[in-house]
This record gives sequence, C-alpha cells and structure tokens, in this order.
Amino acid sequence: MKLSNKMRELSHHLLDLIENSLAAGASTIKITVIEDTSGDILGFEVGDNGGGLNEEEIEQIYDPFVTSRRLRRVGLGIPLLQQAARACEGDLIIRSEKGKGTTVKTTFRRSHIDRMPLGDVASTLVAAVAAKPDVNLLYNHLVDGREFIFDTSWLISKFRELPLNDVKVLSWMKGFCREGIKKLYRGD
Amino acid sequence: MMKQIKSVDELMKLKEAALEKIKERQASGKTTIVVGMGTCGITAGAREVMMAIIDEIDKRNISDVIVTQAGCAGMCQHEPIVEVNKPGIPQIVYGHLDEEKARRLVLEHVINGHVIEEWALVQRD
Repeated sequence: MKLSNKMRELSHHLLDLIENSLAAGASTIKITVIEDTSGDILGFEVGDNGGGLNEEEIEQIYDPFVTSRRLRRVGLGIPLLQQAARACEGDLIIRSEKGKGTTVKTTFRRSHIDRMPLGDVASTLVAAVAAKPDVNLLYNHLVDGREFIFDTSWLISKFRELPLNDVKVLSWMKGFCREGIKKLYRGD
Repeated sequence: MMKQIKSVDELMKLKEAALEKIKERQASGKTTIVVGMGTCGITAGAREVMMAIIDEIDKRNISDVIVTQAGCAGMCQHEPIVEVNKPGIPQIVYGHLDEEKARRLVLEHVINGHVIEEWALVQRD
C-alpha cells in the first residue's frame, strides 16, 4: 500500500513525532538531528519519558489504520514517515518500554533525490513549546561535527514565574534557533 | 521590522517586561487562540498558521493573548483549524486558514472583536 504524503518538510514530521510524545504525557523530550555529509546520512530521533508502548502496540503503530485512540482518525504519522524514509534508503525504528518512554529513530540517505528538505525546525520547536511550555525540550543538531543545542529546561529555570509560551519569548526562541541552525551550515 | 533579540541579557530584559504585562492583564480576561496540530493539521499547514499568528501578535504588541494548540478534532478536511476564545464575543472555530488569513484573523477578531463569518465553521455562544 502506498500512502500519499502531503508533508513538505522533515521538520513537519518532527513536529508530528513531538506531538506523539506530548500526547503520551512526556515531561522530557530529547530531539536529535544528525547530518553527516561524508557518510551521506541524515537522521533524527525523538526520545521521550512518556507512557511508552508494549510490543503489541509497537507492532500496531506501523499499521496506518491503528491508533491508540479509539475514536476519530487513524494514526498515519508513523507509517507516512517510515514510507518516506524507506523511499530514501533509510528506515524508521521504534524502541519503547511501557511506563518508561518511547524513542523513534529515522534515517535517510542525505543525497537521495526524494529526501524532503529538513525545513524550518525552529518553527517546529516553537510550536512544541507553545503546546506545553512546561515540558523540557532538549534539541541537539549536529552537522559534520558542528553542534547546536537548545535546552528549554535552562529557560524554564531562568523564567520560573513566566511560562515560556509568552508570545515575545516564542518569537525570541524562533530567531535564536534559526540563527543557531543556520550557522551549522556555514562551517565558520 | 523589530530588532531580533539574540543575547541572554536582552532575553532577561524581555522577561521583566513580560512579567509587568502579566500583572496588567490579570484584571481583564485574556484571549486564547488554539491551533489544531494533529497530523492532519500539520499536513495542511497548521504550523505555518501558528507562526503567522505569533508573529502578528508580536509585531502588534498585543499582550493579553495566549497561543496554544490541540490535537486532531476529527474535522481533518477543514484543517488548518483555529479556535478563538475572546471574552465578550462568541467562541469561533475557523477552518481552511492559511498564513494570510491567520494574520487578518488577529487584526479583525482578536484586536477589533469582529467575527469573520465566512471563515467560521462553528460558533459557540
């Protein structure tokens, strides 16, 4: 079965994975993006300390017509991303333990013609913080050994009285992350 | 265009200013804007809609608005969906939005308090 994927950026898929973690009740979400041009790999991973899945649930999640919710839509996010990764000589793997959390890892051949652009990761991070400002988001982006780290737990400790979803703070965050990620590609 | 804030010092100044505004707003009711961010919403452009709303609110210096998100509401065909809850006027669920419509929504509904009826999917009194 071929699913029609309307996502335009990998960062849209990344947001979709973060949404899953938030829905699973995670209080900490670790996001890692790794780009290695010499190894021709682009991979990303979202790990959380949410409710986790048992083996049967992990099997089912690859199926486009299964969702943990009994009502409303079917869960299409993971099958879509897995299909996109496999089309680019990569794959998607879920590791999970009930009560401990879930990690979803995806890889792509970086130079593959069908690989979606990574896109606007800064907006994805801002959307996630707006959703649940008290969740610790740790973002780690590596490009050929250069690294950008954004850790909201640091901001949360600095801000205490002020939730991070204040519009001015969200705007700052977007500019900060955009700038930091852009620098990864300049190599200076 | 507003200057981008890059340093931590500037961020801390921002924090103080935001705390002041929180005190001010506590007397009056605040507006909440909820963007649908399920897989269906993301695919239809919900993240871009949310960024346009945040940007417009930031540029216009409106302080009594909270932008947040919800999952799929089962109306996937109408995504991107945004719910606006402003005290004193009916709660409206808007559908089929894009960045441009989102910016107009901030101006017309959030600032001026006028419901844009042709984009409204649901009205709750």
